[in-house]
Amino acid sequence: MKTAIDRFAERAAAEGLLDVAYTSADSPFGPLLLATTPRGLVRVGLPNQDADELLVDLARRVSPRVIEAPTKLDEARRELDLYFAGKLDRFDLPLDWQLSEGFRLKVLRAIARIPYGQTRNYTQMATKAGNERAVRAAGTACGRNPIPLVVPCHRVLRTGGALGGYGGGLPMKEALLRLEGVLDG
Amino acid sequence: MTELPPFQILIDEHAGEVMAVLRGAVGRSDADDCFQETFIAALRGYPKLSDADNLRGWLLTIAHRKAIDHHRAKGRRPLPVAEVAEVAVEDPEPSEGIWDAVGALPPKQRAAVTLRYASDLPHAEIAAALGCSPEAARRSLHEGIKRLRKELA
Repeated sequence: MKTAIDRFAERAAAEGLLDVAYTSADSPFGPLLLATTPRGLVRVGLPNQDADELLVDLARRVSPRVIEAPTKLDEARRELDLYFAGKLDRFDLPLDWQLSEGFRLKVLRAIARIPYGQTRNYTQMATKAGNERAVRAAGTACGRNPIPLVVPCHRVLRTGGALGGYGGGLPMKEALLRLEGVLDG
Repeated sequence: MTELPPFQILIDEHAGEVMAVLRGAVGRSDADDCFQETFIAALRGYPKLSDADNLRGWLLTIAHRKAIDHHRAKGRRPLPVAEVAEVAVEDPEPSEGIWDAVGALPPKQRAAVTLRYASDLPHAEIAAALGCSPEAARRSLHEGIKRLRKELA
């Protein structure tokens, strides 16, 4: 049965019918949900987020052709493993930005360029995205980042230095910043 | 209209049953190919499906059509179905021997029997799947059961 289903997923991809492939991937924080379209990584679900809900959301916003196909995410999983092991400081994965648009998309693209081990604040991100007064909107863009970790919204702190929030929970944000050497400990 | 769930849910919930139905309908060795055809056809049409209320029935209908296509491709034709008296029907124990016998039935009877016993579909849905009247579906079913009785007696 499993062979038949694997064969089906392969054939669906070959025939261009695999609109969203997903898998679960282990991380030091718990299971991540990784989802990709033929264009690139479209969604990363953090351990505290409900994977079933994320899949339903993808079915609604991208395509209902959502299929579990781990091999389509081998490279993403490999790079994330290296990142968590402290052996990778820049992701080289194609991204599909279709879940973000407008100002939020600009903010997220700016966040994607923050180098490993550095931080910015929401005001700087708002400015980069072309509206220095839209600090709150920049914060919202971070909070709704569909591709966390790879688009490193954990590197954005509150203006003044407080950590701010994180979709995966504050302990995860702190741990990531420690991993990257920004925080001590 | 209910929203279409991620396609993976259809696989998780119905793949086993679709495979069981196809094994009954076309035999073990060809069931895998029909399974692929069924799910690819379903996936192809899925985004345009207007009603998500009976996904199981929809999948089984596709599976049945693929089984029929398979038999047509092999040059077989359904045997004419004779009128038969109503007979009492018991649930057969699904064992290997039974499915071999089911696999040897003419296509329409085989389909009716598998849809009824492997998929537990009511007569009306079997009729919809076979593209015939409920009465004709009932006849195919009874004829199939009668033959099975004889084969397995």
